[in-house]
Amino acid sequence: MLAVDDLAVSYGAVHAVRGLSLTVATGEIVALLGANGAGKSSTLNAVMGLVPAASGRVEFAGQSVSGLAPERIVRLGMTLTPEGRHVFPNLSVDENLALGAATRNERRAIEATRAEVFELFPVLAERRTQLAGTLSGGEQQMLAIGRSLMSVPKLLLLDEPSLGLAPQIVDLIFDLIARLRTRGLTILLVEQSVDRALEIADRGYVLRNGQLAMAGRAGELRASTGVERAYMGLADV
Amino acid sequence: MDVFVQHVVNGLALGGVYALLSLGLALVFSILGLINFAHGELLTLGGYAIYGGLAVLALPFGGAVVVAIIATAVAAMAMERVAFRPVRDASAASMLLTSFAVSALLQVVLQNAISPRGKAIVTPAFFKQAITISDLVVGSIQALSIVATAILLLLLMVFLRSTVLGLAMRAAAVDFRTTRLMGIHANAVVATAFALSGILAGVAALLWVAQSGSVRPLMGLVPVLKAFIAVILGGLGSLPGAVVGGFVLGFIEVFLRAYLPGAALEFREAIALLIVITILFFRPQGLLGRRVEAAR
Ligand SMILES: Nc1ncnc2c1ncn2[C@@H]1O[C@H](COP(=O)(O)OP(=O)(O)OP(=O)(O)O)[C@@H](O)[C@H]1O
Ligand SMILES: [Mg+2]
Repeated sequence: MLAVDDLAVSYGAVHAVRGLSLTVATGEIVALLGANGAGKSSTLNAVMGLVPAASGRVEFAGQSVSGLAPERIVRLGMTLTPEGRHVFPNLSVDENLALGAATRNERRAIEATRAEVFELFPVLAERRTQLAGTLSGGEQQMLAIGRSLMSVPKLLLLDEPSLGLAPQIVDLIFDLIARLRTRGLTILLVEQSVDRALEIADRGYVLRNGQLAMAGRAGELRASTGVERAYMGLADV
Repeated sequence: MDVFVQHVVNGLALGGVYALLSLGLALVFSILGLINFAHGELLTLGGYAIYGGLAVLALPFGGAVVVAIIATAVAAMAMERVAFRPVRDASAASMLLTSFAVSALLQVVLQNAISPRGKAIVTPAFFKQAITISDLVVGSIQALSIVATAILLLLLMVFLRSTVLGLAMRAAAVDFRTTRLMGIHANAVVATAFALSGILAGVAALLWVAQSGSVRPLMGLVPVLKAFIAVILGGLGSLPGAVVGGFVLGFIEVFLRAYLPGAALEFREAIALLIVITILFFRPQGLLGRRVEAAR
C-alpha cells in the first residue's frame, strides 16, 4: 500500500533522514521506531508532503505522491495524526470532526462515520460542544485520531499517539489501534513505547540518526538485546 | 440624555466602519501573519468603483454599490494572487514591504490615471435625511452604517461557524499546517481570507463615501491606520477582538469630539491614541487577545 524508496529529508545542513526505504502492505500495522531525533516524524511528514523530501520516491496505492501537497494526498486516502495531537483548540469537538471530513460531501455518510467515532470514543460524544483546547491530553489524542478517521483513510500514519498520556489511557489507545486494524485500516505507527508498539505490530523498522538500523518481524525485534535496544531508544528505560 | 444616546448612535456608526476594516485586516493577518497596508487602497478602489459605476456606467446608486463590492473582492483576490502569493513563504518583513509597495503603486496609478484631486460623488437624497425614532433623530447614513455593519458581521459569523470553509478559516488562523492535513487547500483558505477582506472593504467604502461625498486617491490612508490601531487594541490575531477594537476606537473618537473642551478639541486624535496606549499598557495583549507565552 505504501512504498518509500531511498527517502532523504534535510533541514538546511541537518540531514534528518537518509536513504530510507520501507513498505507497508495492506492490512498491516508497521512500527517505525528509534530514539529521540532519529528522524521518525520527519519521515511521516515527508510521506504526507508536509515537509519536502530532498530525494527519494513515495508511492501510495500504486501511485506516486512525491511532491504532492498534503491536501492532495489526504484526498487519496492517506492521513496523519501528527505528533503532539494538534487538535484545533478554538474549535469544538464537533467542529474538529467536521473538518476531518472536509474532503467528503455526503452528509449521511459523514454522519455514519461520526457515529462510529463516537462509538470508539464515547467520551467525545459527551463533549461535542466543548472547545478542543479545554479537553484533557488523552481526550485530545482521541479527538485527533477520531478527526483523522473522519476522512475514512485507507492508511493512517500515527505519530506517537501515547506521548505524555497516563498508563490507562495508553492502554486504551493501543487497544484502539488494534481494533482499527480489524476494521480494515492499515497503520504505520511511530512510537516511543517500543514494547507496546511491537506487541500489536506485524513488522517494525528501527531508525538511527536518520538511517535504517534494523528491520524485521515484530517478534524478532522484541527479542533483540543490548545495543540493538539502544537503537530503539530503550537505553535509559 | 438624548444627546448621550445620539453620541452612542454616532459611535456605533463610526465604530462600525472601523470594525469592518479592522476585521478585514485581522482576517488576512490571522491566516498569513501579514498586516496588509494595501487594505486602505481596497477602500479607495471601492470608492472609485462607486464613482465609476455612477459617472461612467450611469448605474443607479445601489447598482454602483454592488459593482464596488464585487470590484473590491476581486481586487483583493488579485492582490493576493499577484503580489502576496510569490512571497508567502518569505519573512513577515518581506510581506509587509510588499504590502507597502502595492499600496504606493495603487495610489500612483489612481493619481495618474484619474486625477490627483478628489471627485465628487452624488449620493442619493435619502442620505441627507434623518430618521426619527420616537424622540431620537438618527441620520440615515448613521442608520445605514449600523444596519450594514450588523448584517455583515452576522453573515460572516454564520459563515465562520457553519460552513466547512469557515471552520477551516478559523482552524488555519491557529494551525495552518494541520488545516491542510484535513484536505483543505491552502490557496483556497488564503484566497477566501482576501475575498472576505475585500467585501468588508467594499461595504466600508460605501459608508465612507456616503459620509464624505467624494473620493480621493489617498482616501484609504487614514481609515487603514485607524483600522490597524483597532486591530492592535482588540488583540492582534483575534477576529472578535478586531470588531471590538473598531467599535471601542469609534466610541473614543466620537465621545472625545463631543465632550472635549474647545481648546483641547484639536488634540483629539492624539488624546484618542493616548487612551489606546493606556489601555494597551494594562492589557498588552489587547482587549480580547491571548497572552503570548514566552517559552514555547
Ligand atoms: N523543522 C525543523 N528544522 C530543523 N531541524 C529539524 C526540524 N524538524 C526536525 N529537525 C531535526 O531533524 C532531526 C529528526 O527530527 P524528527 O522530529 O524527525 O525526529 P523524531 O524521530 O520524530 O524524534 P522524536 O522522537 O523526539 O519525536 C532532529 O535532529 C531534529 O532536530
Ligand atoms: Mg517525532
